[in-house]
Amino acid sequence: MNSFRYAKPSSPSAALTEFAGERGARYVAGGTNILDLMKIAVESPPLLIDINALPLTSIEVTGDAIHVGALARLTDVAENESVRTHLPLVAIALAQSASPQLRNMATIGGNLLQRTRCPYFRDTATPCNKRAPKSGCGALGGEIRREAVLGTSEHCIATHASDLAVALAALDATVHVTGLSGNREIALHDFYRLPGDTPHVETSLDPGELIVTVSLPLLSYGARSTYLKVRDRAQYDFALASAAVALDLSGGTIRQARVALGGVATIPWRLPQAEVLLRNAPATRDTFEQAADAALAEARGRGGNDYKIALAKRTLVRALEIATA
Amino acid sequence: MLSRRRFFFRAAISTLAAQIGLHFRAAAQRLPTLHPNDSRAARAITINVNGVERTLTVEPRVTLLDALRDRLGLTGTKKGCDQGTCGACTVMVNGRRIDSCLTLAVMHAGDRVVTVEGIAQNGVLHPVQRAFITHDGFQCGFCTPGQIVSAVALLNEGKRLDRETIRTEMSGNLCRCGCYPHIVDAVLEAAGTS
Repeated sequence: MNSFRYAKPSSPSAALTEFAGERGARYVAGGTNILDLMKIAVESPPLLIDINALPLTSIEVTGDAIHVGALARLTDVAENESVRTHLPLVAIALAQSASPQLRNMATIGGNLLQRTRCPYFRDTATPCNKRAPKSGCGALGGEIRREAVLGTSEHCIATHASDLAVALAALDATVHVTGLSGNREIALHDFYRLPGDTPHVETSLDPGELIVTVSLPLLSYGARSTYLKVRDRAQYDFALASAAVALDLSGGTIRQARVALGGVATIPWRLPQAEVLLRNAPATRDTFEQAADAALAEARGRGGNDYKIALAKRTLVRALEIATA
Repeated sequence: MLSRRRFFFRAAISTLAAQIGLHFRAAAQRLPTLHPNDSRAARAITINVNGVERTLTVEPRVTLLDALRDRLGLTGTKKGCDQGTCGACTVMVNGRRIDSCLTLAVMHAGDRVVTVEGIAQNGVLHPVQRAFITHDGFQCGFCTPGQIVSAVALLNEGKRLDRETIRTEMSGNLCRCGCYPHIVDAVLEAAGTS
């Protein structure tokens, strides 16, 4: 790891000031992603700002939402009684993330900002438009078994790695951020940017802006929800395909539905067309399969990742079956 | 008697060695000397390690794992992948198991760290350690310190444990020898006795 300056501010405003004073500065919270990337020279910040002294670890429940501090650890949110009871899709997505050790380190804010696991992004010997803008894409024409089939462009097909973000996309969570020009709220569906021709721009955060809180709406039917993650091994791996679903079910009919896919898209992938097909439809396998076909209608495989289209459909159908059981 | 060939060989070696020495001295002189106020410079931090306050001087870029092994001589904690994949570097920080390779020592000033060297108390093995011996929960032993610290932390987490949950909860510790069935046996026994 290259040497860097280190600062540990005790307030968000002090952290923002530190960031503004050093071009290329980075924040560190859990460290599980940024330090890994620094070891392989994908990141070499001149200044690392340790935000662990900021008072952002609380989990508070109000009438309509659970407000999670950006520095709450994945373990704490996964085991929180309100989250488990009212929003099992979030608890399951977190419990299936990484390993127990990493969940004790990683934070909610950091999880949302984690970088892709695309091997070409992580290998500085290959081109990558995300790591080095306009250098090209190593994955196109390369080994693409884990790359995305939705939301891709000719410049980037890297899969978004977060499980939590998929559950939050289904929930319509809100991300509260603070910056030198003030505080603002960003809806999750506005938070992530499609790669397009600027894959290095991943979120709508301005440079230096900090996530302070993530609000999880207490969806009235959130208790009937789940997250299904399919991967190469049973634990401790990134998703090849995953589905977050929440259903408002009444006498065998679906009243409302929230569905999103992970592991197959460049950003957490909400499925509005599938939700329309599920609404007021009987909760049958036939309905689920129609919704899954609609969900993947615009998917595009490039050979080595074609299997993900069928896998994502089956994952979504099975998640809907679990949620209706 | 020194042959001609050997004479030339020795002469060449000594010249080369002198050049390498000069090269290194020049390289050392080129390294920037950091002002003590420069936050890249090494700073003194105090960490409670296995119940003892330890003060060490580290640059910010030193991981907790390297600080434990190279500065404090606690080489029980192993460096396997150095990227948070294998769990060989597992230690407890303030009671929770973490991967010490993906965190910086300076981030833990004032924290309580327990390594595998701190698991046995007064020379008496922890039930997890005894169970690993009883059930032969290792072959080469490289992953064992991480497995043991992880298992001790798991028991402290207070979850109800059976074979399946142990496999899930121990999934952050890889064993390339494939001792998993014996490790599960050991953790299951320790869960029943501790």
